[in-house]
Formats: sequence, C-alpha cells, structure tokens
Amino acid sequence: MQDTFIYEAKGQTLIIHMPKELDHHNCRDLRYETDLLMSECYITRIIFDFTKTDFMDSSGVGILLNRYKQMRLGGGRADYYGAGAQVTRVLKTAGIPALMSRYESKEEALYG
Amino acid sequence: MNRKEKMKITMDGLSQNEEFARVVTAVFASRLNPTVEELEDVKLAVSEAVTNAIIHGYPDGAGEVEVCAEAEITEAGERILTVTVHDTGIGIPDVEQAMEPAFTTAPKGERSGLGFLFMKAFMDHVAVDSKVGEGTTVTMTKQIGRQDK
Ligand SMILES: Nc1ncnc2c1ncn2[C@@H]1O[C@H](COP(=O)(O)OP(=O)(O)O)[C@@H](O)[C@H]1O
Ligand SMILES: [Mg+2]
Repeated sequence: MQDTFIYEAKGQTLIIHMPKELDHHNCRDLRYETDLLMSECYITRIIFDFTKTDFMDSSGVGILLNRYKQMRLGGGRADYYGAGAQVTRVLKTAGIPALMSRYESKEEALYG
Repeated sequence: MNRKEKMKITMDGLSQNEEFARVVTAVFASRLNPTVEELEDVKLAVSEAVTNAIIHGYPDGAGEVEVCAEAEITEAGERILTVTVHDTGIGIPDVEQAMEPAFTTAPKGERSGLGFLFMKAFMDHVAVDSKVGEGTTVTMTKQIGRQDK
C-alpha cells in the first residue's frame, strides 16, 4: 500500500522521484534510504522530482529541508522540478524557493 | 435557510490513516462546492492535524483519533466548513510555543515544525485546546467560495 521512492544516480547527482502522496506515512523510509545512497556514492547534488506528486504536507517539507541541510554541510546543493499547483503553494509557504532552485523539467534541472 | 450537515470518524492512530482522514474529509467537504484549491487546502490542514495526533499525541503507540467535520450554509448563503481533530494523547504543555513556526519537539530532526503554520495559512481560523495528559483538540474553519482568498 505504500508509495515508494525511486532513486536515480547520475554521476554525483541523485535524482529522487517523489511519490504521489508525500505525507508522514510515505516519508518514513526516505531518510534511511538517502543516507545509505549518500554513503555509498559521493553525491554533491540532490534533485527532487515532483512530477507525480499531487499532495505534499509539512512532513514532506521536513524531508526536503533536512536533505538540503545535509547537502549544504558538504558544500552541495538541492533543487527540484516538476512541481504542480499544490506542491508549489506548499513550498512557497514553507520558504523553500529561497533555498532551492526550481526547474520545470529534468533536463533543465540537470543541464541548466 | 440555515443548513448543517456533519460527519464523524474514529480511527486508530496509524500513519496509513493520514491519507484516509484527509480524503474522507475532502469528500465530505465537496458538498459545499469548493474549488480544487480549497479542497487541497482542507486536505493539507487535516493531514497536518491528524499526523500531529498520531506522532506527537501518541508517541508510545497507537490511540484513537477522531475527525469531525461540519458543513454549514448560513442564512446569508455563506458556506462554512469546520473540521475538528481530537486525540486523547499526551497533550501540549505550551500551545503558543508549539504553534511558532519551525518549533518541533520531534527528536530525529526529520520534522519541519511547520504543521501549525500550514493549518493557519490554509484555513481561516485555527483553535487549539490541549491539556497535558488528557489530549488535544484542533478546530479549524474555512469559508468556502470567498473571493479574496
Ligand atoms: N496532537 C498533539 N499532541 C501533542 N503534541 C502536539 C500535538 N500537535 C502538535 N504538538 C506539538 O506541537 C509541535 C509543533 O507541531 P507542528 O507545527 O505540526 O510541527 P511538527 O509536527 O513538524 O513537529 C510538535 O512538535 C509537538 O510538540
Ligand atoms: Mg506536525
């Protein structure tokens, strides 16, 4: 019943494809899984893909903020693409646009 | 004509019920003819309050969470949605502090502390009634179809 995250590594960039409903229940594994991936590969950038996400709440924001802090500690960065209307409003209310760059597509996020 | 309809669900405080609670409340709220955006706001607020009841209210395991909603059309034709989320968990010692943006008591650093901020941002009014050792009730209202929102 649980939505899962799909991870895609491109060199030192980790793309995380976010689930349809990003709430506390569906966020539970993300921390553990990204920590594992980040310890195995040298990741300098995380890109969150919200293309499939219809709903996100403050639990999702917590995930984002903590990955962002983790990346910044190592001099890296975190960005996102594919945010729909609901996700965009939530990100704005949380002040995320001041911390992470928004892109419209994966290509734009990867190659600028 | 003043019309009021209500619903109440009681469920186990399990994380898989977070989605259930917000979807049921949204389906109920749809009888007030909200816009897609208004429905999203309601879902978000319910998700925040129910998640809090589950993870903060019952840190040692499950208790019950009750979600009530009331849809009202007033004499003046205003459409008002009221949602109440209630737990009988540990309660909040300092509600004012708990409602401050970025305040969280969660230890593992995975929470944003933005739940109450979101409830206030996406609903018109939020009231928190809590007693340590007895539980917490969050009451939120939203006027549907307001032009300025
Ligand atoms: N139902 C509840 N029972 C007990 N404590 C709660 C409840 N709801 C909220 N709190 C307290 O208020 C704090 C802030 O809540 P919130 O703004 O949703 O942020 P977060 O859930 O990210 O911690 C929580 O960390 C918790 O200490
Ligand atoms: Mg919360």
